[in-house]
Amino acid sequence: MATHKGFSVRRVGAATIDGMLRLGYATRFLARTLLSSGTSFRRPRLVVRELYFTGVLSLIIIIVSGLFVGMVLGFQGYHTLQTYGSESALGVLVALSLVRELGPVISALLFASRAGSAMTAEIGLMKATEQLSAMEMMAVDPIARVVAPRFWAGFISMPLLAAMFSAMGVFGGYLVGVVLIGVDEGSFWSQMQSAVDFREDILNGVIKSVVFGLAVTWISLFEGYDAPPTAEGVSGATTRTVVTSSLAILALDFLLTAFMFRGV
Amino acid sequence: MERSTLDLWVGLFVVAGIGALMVLAMKVGNMSGVSAGDSYMLTANFENIGGLKPRAPIKSAGVVVGRVSGIRFDNEKFVATVSMSIDKSYKFPKDTSASILTSGLLGEQYIGLEGGGDTANLASGDRIKQTQSAMVIEKLIGQFLYSKAAEGGDKK
Amino acid sequence: MSDNNLIEIKDVSYAYGTRPILTGINMSIRRGSTVAIMGISGSGKTTLLRLMAGVMKAKRGEVWVGGQLVNDLDQAGIYKMRRRLGMMFQFGALFTDLSVFDNVAFQMREHTDLPEAMIRDLVLMKLHAVGLRGAHKLMPAELSGGMARRVALARAIALDPMLMLYDEPFTGLDPIAMGIISNLIKALNAALGATSIVVTHDVQEALEVVDYVYYLSDGKMVAHGTPDEIRNSVDPLVRQFVYGEFDGPVAYQYPSRKLADDLRLSA
Repeated sequence: MATHKGFSVRRVGAATIDGMLRLGYATRFLARTLLSSGTSFRRPRLVVRELYFTGVLSLIIIIVSGLFVGMVLGFQGYHTLQTYGSESALGVLVALSLVRELGPVISALLFASRAGSAMTAEIGLMKATEQLSAMEMMAVDPIARVVAPRFWAGFISMPLLAAMFSAMGVFGGYLVGVVLIGVDEGSFWSQMQSAVDFREDILNGVIKSVVFGLAVTWISLFEGYDAPPTAEGVSGATTRTVVTSSLAILALDFLLTAFMFRGV
Repeated sequence: MERSTLDLWVGLFVVAGIGALMVLAMKVGNMSGVSAGDSYMLTANFENIGGLKPRAPIKSAGVVVGRVSGIRFDNEKFVATVSMSIDKSYKFPKDTSASILTSGLLGEQYIGLEGGGDTANLASGDRIKQTQSAMVIEKLIGQFLYSKAAEGGDKK
Repeated sequence: MSDNNLIEIKDVSYAYGTRPILTGINMSIRRGSTVAIMGISGSGKTTLLRLMAGVMKAKRGEVWVGGQLVNDLDQAGIYKMRRRLGMMFQFGALFTDLSVFDNVAFQMREHTDLPEAMIRDLVLMKLHAVGLRGAHKLMPAELSGGMARRVALARAIALDPMLMLYDEPFTGLDPIAMGIISNLIKALNAALGATSIVVTHDVQEALEVVDYVYYLSDGKMVAHGTPDEIRNSVDPLVRQFVYGEFDGPVAYQYPSRKLADDLRLSA
């Protein structure tokens, strides 16, 4: 029994050290990516190309999900608010939920599973098929040529996608609340506008989505770059990207929310 | 994929994203809200601020003219000192009074400003002298019961 | 070192952690020659190739390439050296998101300021050299294994390298494609005036192509010589490899207890 216990404690210790090693390696990877970003700025075409894959190809899922989330918020919000006779606050509820939380969080989760996993798989496959080694043998740094442009594309597209998600969500809430149920249009917008503050709510939402975007792209690129060069390795890395990103998004959201909206 | 098509899509994407941000700023939020640059500061002391919070609106005749920028406790006079940032385009006379009001029965609390007749206007850093504290429901009920009891006493 | 030798390897050792991969390797490769490094899987031949390309640095000894000591080069120096070096990977390692044309043009676009019109002419010439000028619009996924290898060859010679490295160029090819690749290795070496190093375990193909053979076993250089000398070698290690004998110094049986013990016959 004693040996068994010692064994498991040792395993926990090993796992902790392993995790620290990985985190350290990932941080060095991020630093290298940032330091090798010169190419991305000198040749913006490289970033534009990746913006197409991370941003444009995520548009449909973001817009459709935003619309539906907003419509559900419209129904549920109305249902709850009418019990207190304050349906006119529906706009406030929909807008604040989206701008502060749901917009940045859900779009980041969708981004992780759509664009993040694709990035991991792509880079993992490039590694497995020796394309990264080939590039290095041609005296081209794969971090500068392959990783950094994707990083900046993720950095740019995440806040834009989150803004689109929130805007579509507000529109969805409007469709259900005003057009379908018949909440007064004037009070829907005016209450929303007086309650939603630009700096407090919208800007903080944008900051959140920027942080999530950085986290998701970092995780996705690192998992791809670090993936064992086999089919199982790449598929495992893709799964890890989605799981780790989702956890990171939710944990960061908690920290940021506690920091931003504390006591207000 | 042709280069130009790809560029077109990315361009559309960026425009749509910035457009969505603009919509959020203009239509959903109040971009015209008071910012630090074009406002001036006033202070007022209240005996009791009730549930007033930082960033609560300051209204005059129902129009938002500024926001509460800070609340602290004055440990010498034992009152609450509220600092307010008021939009530069609104001027108030020296004898303006400030009171803490509630929007609706259970709504948020805000500061109401009521202009007086003085010809000189309040300048940045001035203190509003006439203030009325927040209505505290326990006090109200207490007063009500006291006056009822007093009425009852008179009848006898 | 002598000017006639493009590569000199002096008493080089390499180890992963405590596990030795290469021990005490000495080689000198003449300019313009085609050399094969042979050995069974895990003999350390790919590691030797990587040491020459500066992917890894020798723990002990000296690796000289083109008059430069690779051990001493920093990252920038290694990248500079690699511009004069072409490498063909085992399965081609073409960039799957770029067309055949863009693959061959990759280095020209990354490292030179040539106008697009000139790049176009150069790329078509390189593709013509491997007989695939007509395929320049295809994507790598549309190519057969042999064609992908030829495109990779065209890409490797894009900047007219002084040294060509081939990592297992014959693996997984049909006999016709193998013949094409081995002819191309010979022809390109003559046309470029380059030096070629072929790492392979395809004995018969390699012996046809190269001028000289180094044979590695367990990280040690056990034999070297001209193809004829290797064919007629009496070294049992070399004989087993060249003639594909199923048992010999490299044992057929995975190390185990006696069969009788395992079957409990001795009790």
